[in-house]
Amino acid sequence: MDNIAGQKSSLSIVTHLSVLLLVLIWLVPTVGLFVSSFRDRDQISASGWWEAPFPVELTARGRTGAQGTPEGDMFVVTGNIFDDEEASSFFGADPGDVVAFGTRGSNPTEFPVGETVDLGDGETLTVNGDGSYRWVTPEDPGDRGQRVYFAAESPPKFTLDNYENVLTADNMDRAFINTMIVTIPATIIPILVAAFAAYALAWMEFPGRGLLIALIVGLLVVPLQLALVPMLNFHNAIGVGQSFVGIWFAHTAFGMPLAVYLLRNYMVGLPRDIIECAKVDGATDFQVFTKIVLPLSFPALAAFSIFQFLWTWNDLLVAKVFLPTNDTAKVMTVKIADDLLGSRGGDWGILATAAFVSIAVPLVVFFAMQRYLVRGLLAGSVK
Amino acid sequence: MHPLFQGIITIIIGVGGCVGYFYASNLVLDKVIYPARGANISRNIRRANEVRPWLFLFPAIFVLGLYLVYPVIGSFWRSLFNRSGDDFIGLGNYITLFGSDEFQTAVFNNILWAIVVPAGATFIGLVAAQLTDRLSWGNIAKSLIFMPMAISFVGASLIWKFVYAFDTDIGLINAIIVGLFGGEPVDVLQIPFWNNFFLMFILIWIQTGFAMVILSAALRGIPEETIEAAIIDGANPFQIFFKIKVPQIMGTIVVVWTTITILVLKVFDIVYTMTGGNFGTEILPSYMMTFMFRDDGRATAVAIVIMVIVTPVMVWNIMQSRKELR
Repeated sequence: MDNIAGQKSSLSIVTHLSVLLLVLIWLVPTVGLFVSSFRDRDQISASGWWEAPFPVELTARGRTGAQGTPEGDMFVVTGNIFDDEEASSFFGADPGDVVAFGTRGSNPTEFPVGETVDLGDGETLTVNGDGSYRWVTPEDPGDRGQRVYFAAESPPKFTLDNYENVLTADNMDRAFINTMIVTIPATIIPILVAAFAAYALAWMEFPGRGLLIALIVGLLVVPLQLALVPMLNFHNAIGVGQSFVGIWFAHTAFGMPLAVYLLRNYMVGLPRDIIECAKVDGATDFQVFTKIVLPLSFPALAAFSIFQFLWTWNDLLVAKVFLPTNDTAKVMTVKIADDLLGSRGGDWGILATAAFVSIAVPLVVFFAMQRYLVRGLLAGSVK
Repeated sequence: MHPLFQGIITIIIGVGGCVGYFYASNLVLDKVIYPARGANISRNIRRANEVRPWLFLFPAIFVLGLYLVYPVIGSFWRSLFNRSGDDFIGLGNYITLFGSDEFQTAVFNNILWAIVVPAGATFIGLVAAQLTDRLSWGNIAKSLIFMPMAISFVGASLIWKFVYAFDTDIGLINAIIVGLFGGEPVDVLQIPFWNNFFLMFILIWIQTGFAMVILSAALRGIPEETIEAAIIDGANPFQIFFKIKVPQIMGTIVVVWTTITILVLKVFDIVYTMTGGNFGTEILPSYMMTFMFRDDGRATAVAIVIMVIVTPVMVWNIMQSRKELR
C-alpha cells in the first residue's frame, strides 16, 4: 500500500518514534534481566543494571597494619589498605580507586581521599586514592590496627558466577533436564494422534462429523482447572500417581483440542483433486493419509509442535499438580516459582539467571521457527 | 530407572504404539473383519469405510473424553462433597465460597482482568500492526513485540519483578521516579486496587504480539480500493484507520479478543509468582490453587465457577464454527 497517493504524510516521524517507544517498552525489561544475570552480586545491589557499563562505588572496610615505626614520640603505620585481607575480599583482582574514607561504619564516606584527618587523642589518618594510608598514633598500636571504612570505585564486572551457582548449587541443571523430559514426549505424541483424527474430520464422510467438530471447538475453551482434581484422583486410582507418565498423558490430552482444530483447518484446505485422484487410483485412506496428507501438512504440524513445545515448556499449573513435589522431579518453572522466589527472593542475580536459563530455549525455538508459528496462528484464527 | 531413559522409552512406545495401532487396526479391518473379496465384496468395502473414521478418531476421542469431558462432570460431582469427599453437602461449598470476602475479591478482579487485558492487548496490537506495516524496519519491530509470546508466565513475572522492584538499584520504575522526578519510591505491587493493573500489564505485554500478528494479516487483506476511495474523498489517516480499516476487520478483532479472554481466565502463574494473591490481587485460578491438595471440594467448586464464566464464550465459539462449516 506504499505507493498509494497521499499515504506518506508528515506523521511518518511520529510513527517511527512511537514504534520505537513501543519496541523499547517491550524489549527493555528482558534486556535488564539478561544484563543482570551476568553481573556481580555486589554490583547488582549497588547500582541498577542500566548503569552496568559504568564503575560502581562499593563501600568496604578493612584494618590498617599494626607494625608502627617510632618517629619522634609518635608511631607511624603505613601500608596499602588493599593489602588487608578483609578489605580486598570486597573486590576482585582489580580494585579501583578509593574515593572517600571514614572511621565509623555509620558514615563510611566521611572524608575525601588525601585529607589528613584528626581522629582525636593526637591520632591522624590519611588514605590516598591508590589505597595507601598513613596512620600516626601516640601509642604503640600493639597488635590491633585502625579500623578503616572506605568507598572505592569498582570497575564494571561481568561474570558467569551466577550461572555456575544456579546450575550447580540450586539444582537448576536437574530441573532443566526434567523440563526436557516432560516437554519432548508431550510434544511428539499428541501430533500423531491428532493428525489421524484431523484427517478423519477433514476428509472422511461419516455421521456425526459436524457434531464432533463442534465438540472440539467447545473443548478448546474448557478451563484446565476443571481437570486437575478429578484427573489427579484418577491417576492415583490407577497407580500412575504424580509422575512423568501422568504429566505426559495430561499434556497430550490438554493439547489435543488445539492440535485437532489446527490440523483439520489446514487439511481441509488441501486440494481435493490430489486426494480424489489417489483414491481413484486405488489408494486406501490409510495410504492417502500417510503418503499424501501428512507430508503436505508439514507447515501445520510444525506450527502445532511449536505451540505445544512452548506451552509444555512454560507450563507451571500442570507441572505443579501432576508432578511430585520432590527436588528430583521439579521442572524449571516450579523450581523458580516455589523454591528460588521463596528462599532466594532477595538474590536478584540468581533470580535473573534462573529466569534466563528457563527462557533461553523457548526464545531460540521462537526466533528460529517464527515463520511457522505465525502461519499456525493465522490458520487457527483467520479464515 | 533414570527419567531420561524413561522419557526416551515413552517416546518410542508412544509413537510406535500410535503408528502400530493405526496400521494394525486398518489391516485387521481390511483383511480380517471386512475382507474386500468373496461374495459380499461391495458390502464389506462399504462397511469398512463406515468403521474406519472411528478407528482414526478413537485415540483422540479417548483422551479428550477422559481428560476434558469427564472432568466437567467429575469436578461438578466432587464439588458437592465436603473436604474429605465422604459427606454429600449439596451446594455447601458454593454457599461458603460466595460468602467469603476473598472469593468476592477474586471474582471482581477476574472480571477486571477479563476486560482490561483483552482490551489492552487488542488495542496495542492493532496500533502496532498498523504502525509497523509501513516501516522499513517494521518486521524487526514486529518480531521484538512478538517475542514475549515465547516467554513463560513465570519468566515474564520475574522479568517484571525487576522492573517493579522497590529497590531503586533494581526497579526501573522506582529508579525513574526517584532519579528523574525526585519522588519517593513506591512498591507498586502493594498499592491497593491499582496493583492489579500492574499485574495485568504483564499479560498484556505477553499477548500483544499475538494480537498484532493476526490483526496485521487482517489489515493486509483489506481491499485497497476502499482505502483509495477514502483518500480521494479527502479522509485523513485517522479517519481511514478508524472508519475504513477497523470496521472491515471487526470479525478478526472479535476472534482475537475472545481468544485472549479465554486465556485470561486460565492464567494463574502471574498472580502466583508476583504477589501470591496477597494485597487484594487474588483471581479465581490462583484462588483455586490455594485449595488444591487441601480441600478438593472447594477447589472443584471454584473450577466450576470458572467454567460457568467461560461457557458463554464457548457457546459463541461453537456457533461461529457451525456458521463456517455451512
